[in-house]
Amino acid sequence: MLKVNNLKVNYGMIEAIKDVSFEINQGEIIALIGANGAGKTTIMHAISGLIKPVSGSIMLNGQDITKIQAHEIVRKHLIQVPERRRVFASQSVEENLQLGAFTRKDKVEIAKDMEMVYARFPRLKERYKQLAGTLSGGEQQMLAMGRALMSKPEILILDEPSMGLAPLLVAEIFSIIKDINKSGTTVLLVEQNAKMALKIADRAYVLETGNIVVTGTGEELINSDEIKKAYLGG
Amino acid sequence: MKKFKLKKIDNKKKTFLYIFMIVVIYAIVMALTSAGIINRYYNGILITVCINLILVVSLNLTTGYLGQLTLGHAGFMAIGAYAAAYFSKTFMTIPQPFSFIIALLIGGVMAMIAGLIIGVPALRLKGDYLAIITLGFGEVIKTILLSMAIIGGAKGYIGIPRVTTFTSAYVFVIITIVFVCLLIKSRHGRAIISISEDEIASEASGINIVKYKIMAFAFAAFFAGIAGGIYAHYMGIIEPKTFGFNKSIEILVMVVLGGMGSINGAVIATIAITILPEMLRSLSQYRTLMYAVTLIGVMLYKYDPRVQVLMCKAKMFCAKINPFKRKEAK
Ligand SMILES: Nc1ncnc2c1ncn2[C@@H]1O[C@H](COP(=O)(O)OP(=O)(O)OP(=O)(O)O)[C@@H](O)[C@H]1O
Ligand SMILES: [Mg+2]
Repeated sequence: MLKVNNLKVNYGMIEAIKDVSFEINQGEIIALIGANGAGKTTIMHAISGLIKPVSGSIMLNGQDITKIQAHEIVRKHLIQVPERRRVFASQSVEENLQLGAFTRKDKVEIAKDMEMVYARFPRLKERYKQLAGTLSGGEQQMLAMGRALMSKPEILILDEPSMGLAPLLVAEIFSIIKDINKSGTTVLLVEQNAKMALKIADRAYVLETGNIVVTGTGEELINSDEIKKAYLGG
Repeated sequence: MKKFKLKKIDNKKKTFLYIFMIVVIYAIVMALTSAGIINRYYNGILITVCINLILVVSLNLTTGYLGQLTLGHAGFMAIGAYAAAYFSKTFMTIPQPFSFIIALLIGGVMAMIAGLIIGVPALRLKGDYLAIITLGFGEVIKTILLSMAIIGGAKGYIGIPRVTTFTSAYVFVIITIVFVCLLIKSRHGRAIISISEDEIASEASGINIVKYKIMAFAFAAFFAGIAGGIYAHYMGIIEPKTFGFNKSIEILVMVVLGGMGSINGAVIATIAITILPEMLRSLSQYRTLMYAVTLIGVMLYKYDPRVQVLMCKAKMFCAKINPFKRKEAK
């Protein structure tokens, strides 16, 4: 469904991504794990069209999207939940969700999806009038995910959804991600919390300073000694 | 469903209140004028207030709502002023008020074209290039006008028909404010505000940020051009030096003081800053100094919690009396 071939991304002189290839099939949950600065966010941004790679291609359903602008990629139902949530702080929860549906015109369907998001995140429903900036970190993560769902994603890419959340909430967020996947959305998940990510992932890739070094099924990686040492704390 | 209806009536009431206010203010000014209490001098101040209101409300679109700092708003005003004046002087035979209206529109459109010419390349770049580019633009326009003899050069462009009245200026203020309010309330306006909050999140939500930046910038230039035309037809003579950096900063100060992205605040700040120096004539030589101090003060104390509480209260108050407010409970 999504195929990244020999991706290379620079920030000025810095080579952030050297040569990365990976692939996501329909219906999968793929985890991309790696330490700070490995280049995970950079890959996410390249896929979403937020930065242009130096070389390589990103194929979505057979079409090269490397040259397509970010807001056009959203219309292809490839949606990103960015790192650190990035909710629209001075707008209400409901307005944030409406902005998620910015590319859509079908009012009836939007209203239905709004109900669907509220059903998935009851806490957002309770606070629909509250300004997004005043939500707790966990609630903001839910809002960012809800906003992405409003764009009707076929592929949802999540950049560190567990960042800064208490363990209980992390578990909740991950079970929601699994639910979203079960209802037919393909998921690409970037995480530092490797244990949680590998648990729900069908397959995973490990990224180290701009290169993919290990790949395998979630189960394989979680049991590999190398990974245990480096990312799972022994 | 019921709640939704209630909200509508509520908004209607407020809109009605605003229309009522617009009419009452106009009626009072007219009555005072015919009673002779508003003389030529006061009339001039009122027209200046109107011109500044158009400038400030339009700059508020780019700097307040879109969050892009621009330092050359007076440059667009200059283009509008000269283009409108040139039209009026060339086609003296067209009857009023048509000639005046066409002149203003031409001024607005020319300013908008200039806005597109500098906005399209500047706004495509990521980063804060706009401030520098608009700063340069304002000065370049001034220099070009100084060197053009057919429109008077440094001596000024004279003999422009003095057809601006309080009524015409007032009408254009209302048009500007209503346009900006409706734009901000619309889906496009939401996009513009979202861009100011977070560009990456906006793009990730499918908002074409370059398009909306250019749109807001071009509209702001259009209204600055209109304001320039009104100014030219009020003064009868225009000089390039009027439209320099100082004028741009003056407009910016009013936007900043008005609490960026608030129409009510901008209106109050404009009226205060335009009228105060007139009343304190002896202080007028310190005008620019006062602007500088004000701007520095705002920057320094913007993040002071006490000031923020105050601003919050002021915003809440403004929101209460605003018929176009965005954040309406549903
Ligand atoms: N805008 C930028 N300009 C210059 N260098 C950048 C920029 N953004 C990221 N980098 C560099 O690129 C490399 C990869 O960064 P990236 O944000 O993709 O890492 P990451 O894997 O997402 O890390 P983290 O887990 O901390 O979020 C880092 O060395 C970083 O310093
Ligand atoms: Mg990152």
